[in-house]
Amino acid sequence: MIAYLTRRILFAGVLLLAVSLFTFLIFTVLPTDPAALTCGKACTPDRIEANRTRLGYDQPVTTQYVRFLKGIVGGRTYGEGQGEFTCGAPSLGYSFSQKDCVTSLIARTLPVTASIAFGGFALWIIFGIGLGMVSALKRGRWPDRLISVVSVVGLSFPTFFLALLLLFIFVIWTQILPFPSYVSPTEDFFGWCQALILPWLTITIISAPYYIRLTRFGMLETMNEDYVRLGIAKGLKRWTVLRKYVLRSALIPIVTVAGLDFGVTLGGAVFTESVFSLPGMGRLSIKAVSDSDLPVLVGTTLVAGTFIVVFNLLTDIFYGFVDPRVRIHK
Amino acid sequence: MSELVLQVKDLKVAFSTVDGVVQAVNGISFDVRKGQTLGIVGESGSGKSVTASAIMGLTNRKSADMSGSILLGGLDVLTAQEREIRALRGREAAMVFQDPMSALNPYYTVGKQIAEAYEVHHPKTSKKERRLIALDMLAKVGLPKPSECIDEYPHQFSGGMRQRIVIAIALVNNPRLLIADEPTTALDVTVQAQILDLMMNLQQEFGSAIILITHDLGVVAEVADEVMVMYAGQTMESSKVQTLFDTPSHPYTRGLLGSVRSLDNSERGALHTIAGNPPSMISLPGGCPFHPRCEFSASMNGLCATVQPTLRVLPATGSESACHLNDDQLLSLGLGVNHD
Repeated sequence: MIAYLTRRILFAGVLLLAVSLFTFLIFTVLPTDPAALTCGKACTPDRIEANRTRLGYDQPVTTQYVRFLKGIVGGRTYGEGQGEFTCGAPSLGYSFSQKDCVTSLIARTLPVTASIAFGGFALWIIFGIGLGMVSALKRGRWPDRLISVVSVVGLSFPTFFLALLLLFIFVIWTQILPFPSYVSPTEDFFGWCQALILPWLTITIISAPYYIRLTRFGMLETMNEDYVRLGIAKGLKRWTVLRKYVLRSALIPIVTVAGLDFGVTLGGAVFTESVFSLPGMGRLSIKAVSDSDLPVLVGTTLVAGTFIVVFNLLTDIFYGFVDPRVRIHK
Repeated sequence: MSELVLQVKDLKVAFSTVDGVVQAVNGISFDVRKGQTLGIVGESGSGKSVTASAIMGLTNRKSADMSGSILLGGLDVLTAQEREIRALRGREAAMVFQDPMSALNPYYTVGKQIAEAYEVHHPKTSKKERRLIALDMLAKVGLPKPSECIDEYPHQFSGGMRQRIVIAIALVNNPRLLIADEPTTALDVTVQAQILDLMMNLQQEFGSAIILITHDLGVVAEVADEVMVMYAGQTMESSKVQTLFDTPSHPYTRGLLGSVRSLDNSERGALHTIAGNPPSMISLPGGCPFHPRCEFSASMNGLCATVQPTLRVLPATGSESACHLNDDQLLSLGLGVNHD
């Protein structure tokens, strides 16, 4: 188990380094001149050159990458003397268009995205697996049919359309909810829930159908396994067989997908954040794209990539715990 | 006569499918007595496994149409409540499946799986007691180093070892009836004999009755006391094992015996086969289900194609046979068969 863990963690580290290298390389090969974007209309050739030196864009790519990595570990100071400013560790660079350190931009937007992701994830897992179980247990009868029709409808909605529809129904038409505006859960928990309920619903309606399908399929397949029949033949109760024999193996692939999906959502729910005007990481990335704000793009990509790698690692570790065939090689 | 463990009467099992009704088992009856081994023989699709599932109450009542009766442990499995059947499973009747590679839960140690089976019928025992029982069972089914094996997972064992573990699970509650559905089919030939020996030895020790479902006549010859030959969900012949091999009393049985290669006939070239294929279970032929493949049916003036023969006892041998041929014709069937 220890060897397995070490192997997975080392691999994750290498993967992260590769992600950082690639995002950084893309950043440097883009045809836009980062220095020219630092001052907008007030740019003069002298000023561009000064900013270039100050932000280190005059250095070779390798030096820039090493500085970037060093910044993540120990923070980074730009310029010297009067114009000097520091982005503390872990520094992911400096956004010239937002005049702020990328790390602080992400630190401000991440709680919003995390709130959307956690709530949405919890809901879609509960509904996805719960309804999937109902579907499998009532296979071919009306609950199964109803669930499958509803999931196809949910699955077919484009996110932005669904989000707008929910917004229209709950905020504009029935006026049950105010227009979402994010508040910290520590300040106003109820307000936080109120602001996020529609984004959560959106994510749930879009994602739960996959989990319903996965759960239903996994359970039906496992129910045909001989060992499940043996469990019943032992005289075990229906619920015990379901829990220890059917769900146990049906849920393992779902956990894998769920881990990855959660990692992805944590990297920014772009459409959902945009429609509901929530200041999350997805919106930060979109804005960075339209502003050609390259340091922010590198930063958000790296953070989003890290989430995916980390949750991939966690699911791998989880696998090792639940499936003895992964843990013990013989 | 020893005590009756299982009594099946006129069992019929039909499944509705999109293509039509599949009459998987069509009116079979048999008894199993304490300490006895009944072999059920037949080709694939003859209804052997469906019968086994029905006895264990594993057939889904919603999808299957069942009639007749299955008396086990004082209950009729076909009409009893699920809760009552659950009390029978494992204690009155336990089951060994065909493929040991898939019959064990991959997520739990084998010790836990044996202990779990014991716990179902002995809920008041402690974990420690159950572990000792599991250790004891592993030793009884001949696993080397039970104290190490008990904490290992199914994937760490070979097929033969896994089948031993499945047998340990089946016998841990000392059931009065053990249903073994093709227990050796998925195993290597060398391991097959070991598993059969083990089952016979444990039968001596535990006194269980065994229903051995197989398509392998060699296995039947080795271990069964009585044999029931099934075809298309019906009993063709039911005999003592020695009688079946000496004087088969049904053309189908004779066909089966002829298609086994034994040391005697191995040098005489082609193996005998039964012409044609087993019938579709959705549209069974009228009359005797075997008549389209039977070499005698042509000489019976269409009787076989119209009237379904009923099982009758042949006084000379004590066998039961469902065939329109007369007693003398049936008794002479064995003459043309070579076997050891």
